[in-house]
Amino acid sequence: MCGIIGVIDRGRQCMDGSRIREALASMNERGSGEGAGYVAYGIYPDYKDYYALHVFFDNIREHKVPLENLLEKWGMIVHDEQIKTYEQPGLRKIHTPWRYFFRPNPSMMPKSISPEEDIITYLVMKVNSERNGALIFSSGKNLGVFKAAGWPEDVANFYRIQDYKGYLWLAHNRYPTNTAGWWGGAHPFNLLNWSVVHNGEITSYGTNRRYIESYGYKCTMHTDTEVVAYLVDLLVRRHGLSEELAVRAFAPPFWEEIDRMPPKEQELNRAIRLAYGSALMNGPFAICVANENLLCGFTDRIKLRPLVTAECGDRLFISSEEAAIRTIDSDITNIRMPRAGEPVIGRVYS
Amino acid sequence: MGEVRINAAGMPYQILNQRIRALVAGGEKEIILDNVLGQRFIGDGIRGEDVTITVNGVPGGDLAMFMSGPTVIVHGNADHAPGNTMDNGKVVIHGSAGDAVAHSMRGGRVYVRDNIGYRGGINMKQYQEKRPILVVGGYARAFLGEYMAGGLVIVLGIDGVTPVSERGVGSGIHGGEIIVRDSIDPACLGGGAEQKKMTNDQKKAIRPILEDFIRTFTLDPEPILSAEYSRIVPASRRPFANKYTWE
Repeated sequence: MCGIIGVIDRGRQCMDGSRIREALASMNERGSGEGAGYVAYGIYPDYKDYYALHVFFDNIREHKVPLENLLEKWGMIVHDEQIKTYEQPGLRKIHTPWRYFFRPNPSMMPKSISPEEDIITYLVMKVNSERNGALIFSSGKNLGVFKAAGWPEDVANFYRIQDYKGYLWLAHNRYPTNTAGWWGGAHPFNLLNWSVVHNGEITSYGTNRRYIESYGYKCTMHTDTEVVAYLVDLLVRRHGLSEELAVRAFAPPFWEEIDRMPPKEQELNRAIRLAYGSALMNGPFAICVANENLLCGFTDRIKLRPLVTAECGDRLFISSEEAAIRTIDSDITNIRMPRAGEPVIGRVYS
Repeated sequence: MGEVRINAAGMPYQILNQRIRALVAGGEKEIILDNVLGQRFIGDGIRGEDVTITVNGVPGGDLAMFMSGPTVIVHGNADHAPGNTMDNGKVVIHGSAGDAVAHSMRGGRVYVRDNIGYRGGINMKQYQEKRPILVVGGYARAFLGEYMAGGLVIVLGIDGVTPVSERGVGSGIHGGEIIVRDSIDPACLGGGAEQKKMTNDQKKAIRPILEDFIRTFTLDPEPILSAEYSRIVPASRRPFANKYTWE
């Protein structure tokens, strides 16, 4: 059991983090105080052209210089600073969060068609698998993940989440069940501009992990959710599938449902299931995925976890509970429960 | 005694529920909760057939769990599992409800004016004079009455909505019955479930329940009482005899 909430303002009007904190805290019962986190898009307008790397250091003196040497080898650090934190009685500060605004040097990957993104992905995988006292937990442009092991309000107050203003927010309250709670295991999980929050468990983790690792991704967070971030990156960014089709691959229709579809639909759905059988996710889950242009929510195909949505003006809300959405906006009237496996997508206006 | 009002705005559910319990223990019969937003476990385990709790707002999950006797009226939507393992009494929801409504319910009634989520009536049971009843005005989602062992689920599909248009209805049902207006697509039936036309006698037997539902929500009786209904019941007395045991 975990609690999730996401909101996108399609007109890119920014919201500060205070309401999202209240909404997440209203679902405290869904967590166990072992992990909470937030991601906000649009928070670094002054550095929007650079990759904002958020790093957990175990020890500044020992681990900072090696990471900076690595970054300088692959590009240029434009600016860096400690992420401001504020001591909370209920939260033990295990790591020191730091941010780098980084410009990768494309000539370092001459054979790649997307060298900047591939350099960032390479660096995240390398640093996080070597575990040398540094962990890159956020690596997109003009966005930032803020997470820790603690209750939603403590984590929000630790980062003073209300000081950040974003047009798209995801937040997560964790109840770890299969692995221990730790800072890196808190959600959201992020790679490049993709962020993921997840309630449930992915029982097909082994299959999904083997599949994704065959494409060079490395699973390092001791929890199932990170495969979702890498699968979305693979299917949408690298293979060029639409978000709708990617969700279809993750939570596809059952074979007997495909048999009842019109011939053209049958062909498409069979092709997806055959091509992406190893990306199919089993087990109970409700997931929200975001990138700089969209918010997408969906559940497993037999709906073993809750998910409700609502729209109000330019805003789309997705959450585990209706009351959490109403905590942000009490005027909501059109609460809706999507069907199992149905993607609900809100895109910014172009 | 008169009615007691509690302003639940911003109140943690533990404190709210402690206050409700204290009021019921002190003999209060009419309790009104205003500005409820997400508070869980309201009315859980309370007893007393003459107690009424009115919830103005959107309560959190497991409303009226283990409740035995009282009436809970919600003016708003309910979250997951209202009526969870409820023993007796009545839950009336003037809105919709989430997944697993009336989960493992063992007695009393749950009325939902609009729609319910997935797995409504899952694991409902009955024993001797105890027969739980769930009535839904709108539609229900997939796996309605999953693993039902007893009790009664009625989905009315008011205003012409299809009562259930998703899979797994009565999947694993081995007791009790699910009644839907008209009938559902046989492809939506779950394993071990069978759909039958309702006879006039059977329809007559549920008429008092329909009339009570109509009165509760002040609905137009004609379309509900004159409609045709179907029953979804276990396909045999022991539909899963060969699934888990070998004889």
